Amino acid sequence: MQVTSAIREPLVTGGKTVHDVSEDISRQVEGKPVRLWWIAFGISFVFLLYGLYCACMVEWVGIGVWGLNKTVGWAWDITNFVWWVGIGHAGTLISAILLLFRQRWRMSINRAAEAMTIFAVICAASFPLPLPNAFGSLWVNFNSPLLWDVFAISTYFTVSLVFWYMGLIPDFAVIRDRAVRSSDKIRAVVYNALSFGWSGGARTWMRYESVALILAGLSTPLVLSVHTIVSMDFATSVVPGWHTTIFPPYFVAGAIFSGFAMVLTLLIVTRKVFKLEDYITIYHIELMNIIIIITGSIVGIAYITEFFIAWYGQVPAEQYAFINRATGPYWWAYWSMMTCNVISPQLFWVKKIRTSIVATFVLSIVVNIGMWFERFVIIVTSLHRDYLPSSWAMFYPTRFDVGQYLFTFGLFFTAFFLFAKFFPVINMAEVKSIIKSTSEKKK
Amino acid sequence: MESKHYLVGIFDDEDVLLHAVEQIREKGVRIEEVYSPFPVHGLDEVLGYKRSRLPIAAFMFGLTGTALALIMQIWMLGYDWPMIIGGKNFASLPPFIPVTFELTVLLSALGMVATFLIVSDMKPYHWPRQFDLRSTDDKHVMAIDLGSNKLSKSDIGRILKDSGAQEVNEKNF
Repeated sequence: MQVTSAIREPLVTGGKTVHDVSEDISRQVEGKPVRLWWIAFGISFVFLLYGLYCACMVEWVGIGVWGLNKTVGWAWDITNFVWWVGIGHAGTLISAILLLFRQRWRMSINRAAEAMTIFAVICAASFPLPLPNAFGSLWVNFNSPLLWDVFAISTYFTVSLVFWYMGLIPDFAVIRDRAVRSSDKIRAVVYNALSFGWSGGARTWMRYESVALILAGLSTPLVLSVHTIVSMDFATSVVPGWHTTIFPPYFVAGAIFSGFAMVLTLLIVTRKVFKLEDYITIYHIELMNIIIIITGSIVGIAYITEFFIAWYGQVPAEQYAFINRATGPYWWAYWSMMTCNVISPQLFWVKKIRTSIVATFVLSIVVNIGMWFERFVIIVTSLHRDYLPSSWAMFYPTRFDVGQYLFTFGLFFTAFFLFAKFFPVINMAEVKSIIKSTSEKKK
Repeated sequence: MESKHYLVGIFDDEDVLLHAVEQIREKGVRIEEVYSPFPVHGLDEVLGYKRSRLPIAAFMFGLTGTALALIMQIWMLGYDWPMIIGGKNFASLPPFIPVTFELTVLLSALGMVATFLIVSDMKPYHWPRQFDLRSTDDKHVMAIDLGSNKLSKSDIGRILKDSGAQEVNEKNF
């Protein structure tokens, strides 16, 4: 048995035993949802319904209902798409890369983070759906990064879903056996089916661990490939402001940055509503905040590098694109991005701030606002001043742009609340395996 | 199916369990299986299980994905409907790498998980044999098939108790 160093803080507090883990996590699934859950679920569902109307209009009428024009051909749609895909990067990063690095603090946050990944990718996928690209040549063009994107995101979605579900299997069996003991027949049958008849034998566990390790190994390059390919949607074009070689690493760092921020937003609420403070501790929140400092600083350096290279490269169009970004009509978007993404994460250097729940919650939302502006700035400011001044234009969103964005919020939170009610939000099997070595002793 | 008689040892602690498995196997008792609520590291070794060959399956599925992706892209753009795109070769390898990588990962992951479910006999409508319901909660459950052991029931029961089992129960299937 591996014993954790004494200088590390315990990952599970409150003197929990292995039995307490089953008890505390299964309780949400078995009991009736609390009033707070109904309120939150209700609000998300209303958003979903209103957004569904807007999304249907986009499908029915076409993307003409969006505020796009001839000059700004990509705006909120691709901004939102990239934003959601970016958010979807934290889940598989936590479960795959942190598993390979044997970081045990991933264990109580990976389930919720992976669920978030899956819902975020579904939200992202709702934006390129109405693209009228169906009548081209006989075959699709495999030289195009837009097509690579289709393959990357659908593979990422499928593999993340499989990885998440594999983790859920032993935990569904816990709920099944508890249902058998309390003789709740229907729940027992449903959760047995969900658990694929899991037995928990040593042979199965051995194979299961080997599957988890290989899935982690496969997912690690996959996580990095997805946002790399998303960035190539821009980087392989010859639009000043997009045509940048640092895009792939810069986008991946940004994706992890926004993903961790969203995980924090969701987990701070979840641990409060479901009383999971002993499993998702301040220590977990602090560690996630440290990742936010690192990735936020990488993003900050990337912003500065872009400017430096634009000046150093001596291409007038490129130089203009960047000056226009910071001082043109969209200066407010640029400076919102700089404040939210470069300055705000640096506050986490102060231990008091990175261990404060309120500060973390507020900053995690600020980071995601900043990351939305980042994509908006990259996409819209690079397009709106064309080479020909007579085609210069501004972008104004219509209510369908806004509505479809609200739709994804409704979808995301409705799905997340349903997940939190019916699925165990913390990976019980993994947390049980570390109880002996890193649980705080009973006082 | 004829009924089988089992002795079921219940263990509380994973370290006690690991020692117990070693002791019991040294005394020549055949253990059918140990059921745990979480993976116990080293348990497969003391039980004498061979390493899983699932990585090989994953590799083969991955290779299939690589081959399929390359064949698909080269055939579609190189032979079936060649198009001039930016004056490049019809079938050039570099732009085909991303899709090839994604399909390799996809087939490898899906194939390996499907193989896992098949070899572990896991199906949604299948109820596992449950020796003790606490095996998914907080107890490690050791099942010993009396039919396949030469020692008597009382001997095995005593060995189980000596090695640290909290309870020893009987179970018939």
